[in-house]
Amino acid sequence: MSELFSSLGLGELNPGVIVIVGALLIPFLSGVVRSAYMLAIPVIAFVHLSGLPMGDLGQVGLFDMTLTTLRVDKLSFLFGTVFFIATFIGVIYALHVGDWMQHVCGLIYAGSAIGAVFAGDFVTLFVFWELTAISSVFLIWASRTPSADAAGLRYLVIQIGSGVILLAGVLFYYRETGSIAFNKLDVETLSGQLILVAFGIKCAFPLLHNWLQDAYPEATVTGTVMLSAFTTKLAIYALARGYAGTEMLITIGAIMAAFPVFHALIENNLRRVLAYSLNSQLGFMVIGIGIGTELSISGAAAHAFCSTIYKALLFMSVGAVLYRVGTAKASELGGLYRSMPWTTGFCAVGAASISAFPLFSGFVSKSLIMSAAMKEGYLWVWLVLLFASVGAFQHTGVKVPYSAFFAQDSGKRCEEAPMNMLIAMGIAAFLCIGIGVYPAPLYALLPYDISYAPYTVEHVVTQVQLLIFSALAFTVMMRNGIYPPELKSVNLDTDWFYRRPGHALAQFANRFRVYTWSFVADGVVNGATKAYNILHRHAGPDGLFGRTWPTGTMAFWTTVMLGAVVIAGFFKISG
Amino acid sequence: MAADHGGPDDGHTHFETPEHERTWIDDPKNVNKIVYALYAVCALLVLIDPFVHKHGKFEIEHYWGFYAFYGFVGCVALVLVAKWMRTILMRPEDYYDE
Repeated sequence: MSELFSSLGLGELNPGVIVIVGALLIPFLSGVVRSAYMLAIPVIAFVHLSGLPMGDLGQVGLFDMTLTTLRVDKLSFLFGTVFFIATFIGVIYALHVGDWMQHVCGLIYAGSAIGAVFAGDFVTLFVFWELTAISSVFLIWASRTPSADAAGLRYLVIQIGSGVILLAGVLFYYRETGSIAFNKLDVETLSGQLILVAFGIKCAFPLLHNWLQDAYPEATVTGTVMLSAFTTKLAIYALARGYAGTEMLITIGAIMAAFPVFHALIENNLRRVLAYSLNSQLGFMVIGIGIGTELSISGAAAHAFCSTIYKALLFMSVGAVLYRVGTAKASELGGLYRSMPWTTGFCAVGAASISAFPLFSGFVSKSLIMSAAMKEGYLWVWLVLLFASVGAFQHTGVKVPYSAFFAQDSGKRCEEAPMNMLIAMGIAAFLCIGIGVYPAPLYALLPYDISYAPYTVEHVVTQVQLLIFSALAFTVMMRNGIYPPELKSVNLDTDWFYRRPGHALAQFANRFRVYTWSFVADGVVNGATKAYNILHRHAGPDGLFGRTWPTGTMAFWTTVMLGAVVIAGFFKISG
Repeated sequence: MAADHGGPDDGHTHFETPEHERTWIDDPKNVNKIVYALYAVCALLVLIDPFVHKHGKFEIEHYWGFYAFYGFVGCVALVLVAKWMRTILMRPEDYYDE
């Protein structure tokens, strides 16, 4: 495959670009051909990646800078690999969806996340960083409900905001160092702080987190699976690259690991439970990055790898329930194991993996981080991680499968999930067990050579003690009526601040923005807007995304224009 | 607190599973069997604990049954705190509907 791209003069093409460009042809295909083509895209791009040498490649001159559009090393290869796996599984899971728009956006999103992971400089990173935001929002808007429209817009504003802060940080970084290479950053400098905030938003740091729980449950059944894989794991990659060993990340990660656990336990919407649980898992990785030893960074990378797959599996199983039954609310579910035995089984595998049961993938990755915390003597961090592990077992390991498939029979009966969904879940489940039983190939991918034996008597027995006694507590509390019932409800989180008091202000700001922007856009990007409008018209006969396109267009052009103006202005000054 | 916010209720319809759809696990006797098995496994795990050699550097880890205790207490604490959080954070489902 590399020869093919080489012969086209594209031997050092970022594999993310292959996925993005490939996605653009989807609208012209249909039926089996389209399905086969969509499956081929990640395969072709991954084969291309496998043939690439390690090192800084794809160097392009821009002004007086050199862009490294393709950096292949162990860290980027590991994240790239799991992103390709997630893309492949996500495509299979979505094969039944007729709406080509979702496929195109999903693959552009996946491609930009992959592109960002292989970016060797900040300008390339910024471009892909923003593209993940813009492409992924359509996976939310594709639900076509008023609440998804609103949540998508909130999501977009926050994601674009992350990009704008990143850009500001990068400009300062260039000023400070004269370089745009994306390497280790210093949190003592202004650029280091700005970029950390930009990464922190996408990584769902405490108080910057709520876009995740707000938006992911609003996306389409298939869209959430894609969303769960990329944005936050890309941020983990970026943190591992830029901020390994930054002490404050240990505290941030500990808060992240512990706090979402409580929300997850009382949340009724199972997709939102999974979003909180994802947030907590990210905390484990952030701690690993913060500790900064070879073992802990490898642990963070390994956990990102495993977590991407089991989290996708969990979102797929709950998504299958939503697809068949029409709801993902725990209070309306129960007893579905009769109708969906395969989905139940796959969900159980995901649940066992996130709970880190021995022989499942979470066990072989989480224990690296736990061991690193212990080795470096962080007692309180270790205790928090143990607690978060108990929490993961409770809110995701027990609550999700129990309330959906067992519990009180809801009387709902449905068909088993469609075959393509079952295949996608089957592959993910196979990987969860495969990695858990035989972790050597995963360990070989890690950024550092670590010799770690997860399966010692000590590790297995102590982990099983932790989990089984947690199960005992659940059982005792459930049988005595202490365990909180699933209630039709929402729980307040930080999004309250911008959804209630901020709402009036936002409405005003939005009206102002729409007015100003239409004024500017008419003059400056008239031609481009016209071209864009033609695309709109083809987006669907009955005004597909009718309500949301203008905002999406606006956000897109705002970013592009802002980026262009800032960069041009900056070089004028420095030149 | 439910009444304070216009009454989120537990939404379950208390459906009675028809006889022909009942499986092994729908019989409370079998559920009890699972629970007793769980008790037995728990007892076993605590009993073997002193024979497991722990290498960790934290003293607390070496106490007899530490992981079992932490798993149980951690879970109870989590549930109690989360229940308490509901009294502050829980709102009806349509709270954000404009």
